[in-house]
Amino acid sequence: MSKIYYAPTHEYIIVDGNIGTIGITDYAQHALGNVVYVDMPEVDDEVEAGQDFGAIESVKAASDLISPVTGTVIEINDALADNPRLVNQDPMANWIIKVEIADPSELDSLLDAGAYAAICK
Amino acid sequence: MENEIRKTCLHDRHCRLGAQMSPFGGFDMPIQYQGIVEEHQAVRTACGVFDVSHMGEVQITGPLAEAYVNHIFSNDVTGAPAGKCFYGMMLNDNGGVVDDLLVYRRSSEDFFLVINASNIDKDVEWISSHAHSFDVRVENLSDRLGELAIQGPEAERVVTETLGIECGDLEFYTFRDIDIEGVPAIISRTGYTGEDGFEIYAPHDITIMLWDKLMDAGIAPCGLGCRDTLRFEVGLPLYGDELADDITPLEAGLGMFVKLDKPSFIGRDAIVRQKAEGPARRTVGLELLDRAIPRHGYEVLDSDGNIIGHVTTGYHAISVDKSIAMALIDARYAATGTPLQVKIRRKVFPAIVVSKKFYKKSYKK
Repeated sequence: MSKIYYAPTHEYIIVDGNIGTIGITDYAQHALGNVVYVDMPEVDDEVEAGQDFGAIESVKAASDLISPVTGTVIEINDALADNPRLVNQDPMANWIIKVEIADPSELDSLLDAGAYAAICK
Repeated sequence: MENEIRKTCLHDRHCRLGAQMSPFGGFDMPIQYQGIVEEHQAVRTACGVFDVSHMGEVQITGPLAEAYVNHIFSNDVTGAPAGKCFYGMMLNDNGGVVDDLLVYRRSSEDFFLVINASNIDKDVEWISSHAHSFDVRVENLSDRLGELAIQGPEAERVVTETLGIECGDLEFYTFRDIDIEGVPAIISRTGYTGEDGFEIYAPHDITIMLWDKLMDAGIAPCGLGCRDTLRFEVGLPLYGDELADDITPLEAGLGMFVKLDKPSFIGRDAIVRQKAEGPARRTVGLELLDRAIPRHGYEVLDSDGNIIGHVTTGYHAISVDKSIAMALIDARYAATGTPLQVKIRRKVFPAIVVSKKFYKKSYKK
C-alpha cells in the first residue's frame, strides 16, 4: 500500500515500502510552463533531505529539484532525457527519480495532500 | 518612492488577462499570458502585441540639439532626413555603455530618445549633466507616454486594419508623427524581435484604447518572456546581459554602431584605443550538444577547465530547438568552431563557438 507525501518546494514522493518515487507536482509543472530540460542525478548517487538533487528547466528559468528525503538513487526516468515535456503532460506518471529511503522518519515532516493543497492557494 | 514598484498604464489589463507578473526594470510587468512558447510563435508566424510602456522617452530640443545628441550618442545623426531612427549607445569615458537606445530625428533641433526602463533615472541624470555647454532643453517624457510594440509578419496588416493607422509606406528604421483621435503620437517601423513590426508611442489613454482594439481583434498579447527569447535568437543585446557600464560596444560586437569618423563624442577616445589594441573580451555565440541550458552568469571554460568568461544570455531556443547562449569571453577563444565548455550546476558540458545570429531576422527593408 503506497502513500504520497508532498514537500513545500512542490515535489511529491510516493512511498512504497522503503522505495520513494519522486517527481514534481501538477501545480509546479503548471507554474513552470513548458519544461525543456530535466537535470537528473545518476543511479547510486546519494540525495539528502532538503538538498537539491537536480534541476528542472522551463524556457524562462532553472529551478532546483529538492529531495524530500535522504537516500540513494536506484533509478532515474530516462524517458525525460529525450522528452522533458512528459512532465507537463502527466507529472505523477512521469516521475523523475526513485530512491531507497534511508530514514523513513523524515517523511513525518512532509505534507499530506490536504496540507499541500492549502499552500498552493 | 525610489524603490516603489511602478505600473504601466495597462497594468490592470494584464492582471485581468491572467498574466504572470514579475518585476522588470522597476516595473511590475507581464512575463507571459498563454505561455512563452505560444507567444513566441505568434510573433514569428503571425502577430503579437507587447506593452513596452516601461521604456523611457526623452526629448532633446534646441538650436544645438543635433550637436548635443552627437556628443552623447555613438551613432551619427548628422544631416539625416527627418523621420529617421538610429540605434546606438551612450558611452562613458571608458567606452562602457551607459545605455543602448533608439534616437528619432525630427529635425536638427528636435530628437526623441527611447531608453531602457532600468536606466531611466541614470540616463536622464547623464543626459542632463552633460548638456550644460549646449543650448538644449532636455525633457523626460517617460511618465506621460505609453508604448506598444506590434510585431510579426502580419503586423503591417494589423496596424493598418485593426488600428486604422497607415504604415505600409514606412521604411525599416523610420518613423512618423501622427494624430490619433486628435492626440499627437509617434509610429516607427522598429522592434526587438527580429520580425517586421511597429512601435507606437502615445499618451496613456490612447495607448489603452489601442491595446483594447488589438485585444478585441484577437491579437495575441505577448509578455517580456518571449520578448527575451525572440531578441536573443536573432542576436540582439539586452542591457544588463550583453551590455553594461563596464562592457564596451566592441566587446559586445556592436562596433558598427560606433561612428569613429565623428570628430568627438563621449567615449570615443577609449574606443579608438581599444580598437587599436583589439578588445580583450568578445561576445560570441555558443552551441551546446546537450539539452542542458546555459543561463546568465554561468562560467565558460576552455578545454582545460580554466574560466575564460561567462554566459550573458542562454536558452533552449524555441525557433531553432537547440541549447544556445551568448557569452562574453577572452577574445583569444572567440574564433568560430573553438571547442569550449560551460559549467551548468555541478556538471561541465561541451560547447562550440558559433555565430550569435542563431535565427535569421526577417525585417522588411
